[in-house]
Amino acid sequence: MHVHPNGNVEITQICLLAGKIMLASGAETYRVEDTMMRIADAYGYENSHSYVTPTGIIFAINGAVSTTRLFRIATRSTDLQKVTLVNDISRAITRGELSPEEAYKKLKRIDSANLAYPVWLQIAAAAISSGCFAIMFRGTWPDFLPALIAGGIGFVSYIYVHRLIPIKFFAEFMAATITGLLSYFCYQAGLGNELDKIIISAVMPLVPGLVITNAVRDLMAGHLVSGLSKGAEAFLTAFAIGAGIAFVMSIY
Amino acid sequence: MLTEHLITSFISTAGFGIIFNVPRRTLLQCGFVGMAGWCVYIVLSINMGIDVIPATLAASFLVAVVSQLFARLYKVPIIVYSVAGIIPLVPGGVAYDAMRKMVENNYTLAIELTIKAFMLSGSIAIGLVFSEVVNQIIRKYQAGARY
Repeated sequence: MHVHPNGNVEITQICLLAGKIMLASGAETYRVEDTMMRIADAYGYENSHSYVTPTGIIFAINGAVSTTRLFRIATRSTDLQKVTLVNDISRAITRGELSPEEAYKKLKRIDSANLAYPVWLQIAAAAISSGCFAIMFRGTWPDFLPALIAGGIGFVSYIYVHRLIPIKFFAEFMAATITGLLSYFCYQAGLGNELDKIIISAVMPLVPGLVITNAVRDLMAGHLVSGLSKGAEAFLTAFAIGAGIAFVMSIY
Repeated sequence: MLTEHLITSFISTAGFGIIFNVPRRTLLQCGFVGMAGWCVYIVLSINMGIDVIPATLAASFLVAVVSQLFARLYKVPIIVYSVAGIIPLVPGGVAYDAMRKMVENNYTLAIELTIKAFMLSGSIAIGLVFSEVVNQIIRKYQAGARY
C-alpha cells in the first residue's frame, strides 16, 4: 500500500471512527484495539498504538510525522449488527480491497445508520423471551402469560423511562419495580401459580448479560481498567434490578 | 419435558438476539447456541442430579465452544453468539432468592445465597475462559503444524 505524506491524519480518522462505532455498540475492548491497529497496519502504518477504555479512545501513529488523537465516548448501547459490519469492513481493508476514502465513506454511513430492529419487535421479543423463561425456570404453563405481560411492559418502561431521564440506573430501577408490581397484580388476579418464577423470568430482559461477558473477556485479555469498569457497570445494573424488586417485595 | 425446554430456550435466546440487535442472518444460530447450552445444563442438573455449579460450568463451556465454531464459520464477532447463549445461565433465580431473604431480614441465608450467585457467575466466566484456552491451544497447534 502506497503511503502518502501526511496521510496518517486521514488514516487516524478512519481508525478512530471504526473504533468509536465498535466501542459505542458494545464490542469488547480488545477487539476495538485490535481492529484499529489492523486497519492502520493494512494502510502501511505498522507502528500504531491504541488505548481503549469504555469511555474514551486514544490512538497514536508513530513515525516521521506522528499523530495522536483522543476520542471521547459519551453513550454506549448494544448494537451487535454495527460491530459485525465494522468487522467486515476491517476484514476487507486487511485484504486490501478498500481504499481509505471508500472505507471512511462506508464507516460514516454505518455510524449514522439506524440498524436497530423496530421497537415493537424488540418489545415483543422481550415479552416472549420472558414467557419462555418462565417455562425454562421450571414454572408451569399458567405462569407463561403473566411473565409475558410483566416482562413486556417492564421492557417498555425501561425504554421510555430511559428516554425521559437518561440515567441508566434509574431506568433499570423503575423498570424492575414496574415488573415486580405487575407480576404481583397478575398473581393476585389469579394468573399464574408461582409469583417467584414469574418475577425472575419477567426481569430477565433487563439482566446485563453483554456487560458481564465483555467484562470477563476484557479481564482475560489483560485490559484491567476496562474489565473492572465494565464489571462495576454490570454490578450497578444488577443492584438496580435487585433494589427495584426488593422495593416491591417490601410492600407485599 | 426436555422438548419443552429445547423449544423455549431456543425462542428466548433468539429473542435476546433481537434485543441485542444481532444481524438478522445469525438469529437462528444464536437460538441454537442458547438451546445447546441450556440443554446441557438441564440434562446435567435435573436428569443426572449434578450440582448446579458444575452444570453451569459445562453449559457455559459448551456455549463458548459452539460460539467460537460459529464465529469462524460465519465470520462474525464471537460476542454475537456467546452473549445471547449465556443469558439463560445467569443466576437470576438465586440472586432473587438472596434479595428476598435480605428483605425478610434473614441475613445469614441472604449472604449464603449471594455467595452462591457469585460462584455461579464465576463458573460462567471460567467456562468462557476455558474455551478461550482450548481455542488458543488449537490455533497454536495448527500454526505449528503448518510450519
